Amino acid sequence: MEYSIFVLLLPMMMFLFIGLLQGKLKGQSAGIIGTISMSLTTIIAYAVAFDYFFSPESKIDGIYQKIVEYNWVWLQLTENLHIDLGVLLDPISCMMLVVITTVSLMVHIYSLGYMHGERGFARYYAFLSLFSFSMLGLVVATNIFQMYIFWELVGVSSYLLIGFYYTKPAAIAASKKAFIVTRFADLGFLIGILVLSFYAQSFSFTDLTAPGGVALSSAAGVSFLGASAAAWGLSLIFVGGAGKSAMFPLHIWLPDAMEGPTPVSALIHAATMVVAGVYLVARMFPLYIDAAPEVLPGIAYVGAFTSLFAAVIACFQSDIKRVLAFSTISQIGFMIVALGVSGMGGHDGLGYMAGMWHLFTHAMFKALLFLGAGAVIHAVHSNEMAEMGGLRKYMPITHITFLIACLAIAGIPPFSGFFSKDEILSACWEFSPVMFALMAGIAGLTAFYMFRLYYRIFWSTPTDVSHHTPHEAPAVMYLPLIFLALVTLVAGFIPFGDFVTSDGAVYHIHINWTVATISIVVAVVAIAIATVKYMKEKSKAPQNPLNNVGAFYRAAYRRFYIDEVYMFVTHKIIFAYISRPIKWFDRQVVDGFMNFLAWGANALAARIKGFQSGQVQQYAYVFVLGVIILIVIALAL
Amino acid sequence: MDIPMQCYLLVAAVMFFCGIYGFITRRNVLAMLISLELILNAVNVNFVVFNRFLYPEALEGYFFTLFSIGVAAGETAVAIAIIINIYRNIKNIKVENLDNMKF
Repeated sequence: MEYSIFVLLLPMMMFLFIGLLQGKLKGQSAGIIGTISMSLTTIIAYAVAFDYFFSPESKIDGIYQKIVEYNWVWLQLTENLHIDLGVLLDPISCMMLVVITTVSLMVHIYSLGYMHGERGFARYYAFLSLFSFSMLGLVVATNIFQMYIFWELVGVSSYLLIGFYYTKPAAIAASKKAFIVTRFADLGFLIGILVLSFYAQSFSFTDLTAPGGVALSSAAGVSFLGASAAAWGLSLIFVGGAGKSAMFPLHIWLPDAMEGPTPVSALIHAATMVVAGVYLVARMFPLYIDAAPEVLPGIAYVGAFTSLFAAVIACFQSDIKRVLAFSTISQIGFMIVALGVSGMGGHDGLGYMAGMWHLFTHAMFKALLFLGAGAVIHAVHSNEMAEMGGLRKYMPITHITFLIACLAIAGIPPFSGFFSKDEILSACWEFSPVMFALMAGIAGLTAFYMFRLYYRIFWSTPTDVSHHTPHEAPAVMYLPLIFLALVTLVAGFIPFGDFVTSDGAVYHIHINWTVATISIVVAVVAIAIATVKYMKEKSKAPQNPLNNVGAFYRAAYRRFYIDEVYMFVTHKIIFAYISRPIKWFDRQVVDGFMNFLAWGANALAARIKGFQSGQVQQYAYVFVLGVIILIVIALAL
Repeated sequence: MDIPMQCYLLVAAVMFFCGIYGFITRRNVLAMLISLELILNAVNVNFVVFNRFLYPEALEGYFFTLFSIGVAAGETAVAIAIIINIYRNIKNIKVENLDNMKF
C-alpha cells in the first residue's frame, strides 16, 4: 500500500497546477482536468481501502491493526517530541478515504454543470482540490499535530469556498463567521493537544491510543478544578471537534455557510468537513474510554441536545439549504451521541460502529440531498420554498433521487439510513431508555421536516411557470445524483461491522427488532403527518413567513435567537467593555509612545539637517578645525 | 654647505598649509585641485627629507614618494574628468554650485 501517498499528492499537485494556471485555463478545461485527477485519486483511494480491508497483513488474530505507511519527522523539537507527517491506515481512515473521494468526485462532476460559465470557474476547482487534499491529509494523519495542521487547512478551504461569490456581502460575512467560530473552537483543540502531549510525551496516535490508556499514566492524580488532566485535555479536544462539527453552541456558522455554491455545501458542509469532529472523537476513542470515560456521557448529551435543537429549527425554516444545514447538524448530533454512548469492544462498541456507519451513509444521502437541492435551485433560481412546488413533473430524476435520500434520512428500510440509525438507536437503548426515547423522537422530527421539504419542493401548489419553465438538470448533474442514490440503496447491506469497529475485531450486526419497529413506526407517522399537512397544500407559504404565526414558530424561524445572543455578547459586552479600552490603550499608550519617538527624531533632524549643506569646502573647514582642536588638546595634555 | 633638515620641513609645512588654505578658500574647483596637489607634494617632500636625513641607507621613502606621485597623477586625471563633466552639466565649475548632495 505504498501508493497510498498518491491519494494526498494528486490533489495537492492539482491545486498547485490549476491554482497557478487559472488564468490560462479556458472554458471548462480546469474542471475537466480537476475531475480526471479526482477520478484517479478515487481509484487509488478505493484500491488502498480494498487492500487494507482484504489483505491478510492488516489483520493480526482477526483484529485490524493500525498501519503507519509513511512517517517523516518534519519538525524535531526535542529528543522525543517531534511533529511528523505521514500516512496512517486503519479501518476508520480507510472508510473516510472512500467517503471523501466518492463525494468529492461526485461534486467535481456535478460542478461541471452547476458552475458552468461562472466567473472564477478555475479558482473554484483549485479550491476543491485544496479541500480534497486537506481533508484526505486530515484523515490519514499519523499524529494529532498533523491532524491539527490539516484541520486548519480544511478550515481555510471552507472559508475560501464559502466566500467564493466574494462580491456578495452575505457570502463574505458567512465565510468570516465560519472561519472565526471554528478558529475559536480550534483554540480549545490546540490547548487539548498541548495538555495531552505534555503528559503523553508524544503526538502520535499509535502512542496516544495504546491499550489501557498508558499514554496518560503520568497524568494520574493530576487534577484541575475538580476534573483530571486527562478529562480536561479530552474535553478541550472535543471542543475543537464540536466547533468543526457545529455542535451547540458553536453551530451558528454552519447555516450561514450555505451562502457558498451548493456543491460546496454538499461536499464540505454536509459530507466531509463537518464530520471531522466526529472523526476526531472516533480517532481518540480508546483514550476517551481508558483515560476519561466520564467525558463520554457529556459528549453524548451535547450531541443529543444539538440534535434536538437543530431538528426543531429545521422544521420551521423556509430556505431549502437552511433546512438541509440544520438537518446536517442534527444528524451529526446522532453520530456524536452514538460515540458518546459507546463502550469499547464487542457488543459494548456498538455505538462506535453505528456512529461511523451513520457517518458513511449520511455522507452519501446528505450529499445527494444537497446536490438535488442544487439542481432545484439551478432550475428555479431561488432558495425559498415559496418559489417552488409541483416540480416533480419537470424534474423527474431529481425528484426520484431526492425521494430516495429523504426516505434514507427518515429511516425507512431498506434505505441505508434505516440501518445505521437503527444501530445508533440500539446503542442509545442500552445507554438509557430516556436517551433512546429522545433520539427516536428526533428521528421522527427528521422524517417530518425532510418530508415537509420534499412535498414543498415537488408537490403542493405548482410553481408559477408562466415566465420560466423549470427543466431537468443536465446529465453531468443528474448522473452523480443517480450514483449517490444507488449507493444509498445498497449501503445498508454492507456488513459494516466486519470492517469498522471500536477494537478492530469483527462485530456481527443484528437488527434489534423492538428498536427497529419503534423507529419505523415513528418515521412512518411523521411522514404521514407531513403528507397530510403539505402534500396538497393549497396556499403557498406567505412571502413574509412571519405573518400570523405563533411566538414559538417565530423563535424557531429565527433559530432561537442564538445569533442575536452572540451578537449581543460580542458587540454589547466584549466590544464595548473589553475591546474598546484595549483599543484606547493601544492607540493612545502603545502607539502614542512610538509616535512620540518618531516625532522626536523628526524634530531633531529638522533642526540639525542644516549642517549637511553640500558645500565641500565647509566640510573641509570643519574638518581642519577639528584636527587643530585635537592637536591643541593633545599638546595641552 | 649643508642645508639643515628643518629648512626642508619648513618649506614642506608652508606648502601644506598653503594647500589647505587654498582648498578651503578657492571657489574654482580646478584651483582646489591644484591646492590638493600642493598638499600631496608637501607630504612627498617630507618623505624624501626624512629618508635622506634619518635613514640614508634605506629607500622606502623614495619609493613611497614615487608611488604617491603615480597615484596623484591618476587621481588628477579622474578629478579633471569629473570637472569636465560638471562643466558640461552646469556650465561652470564654481564649487558653491555643487550642492546637490545636501540634505
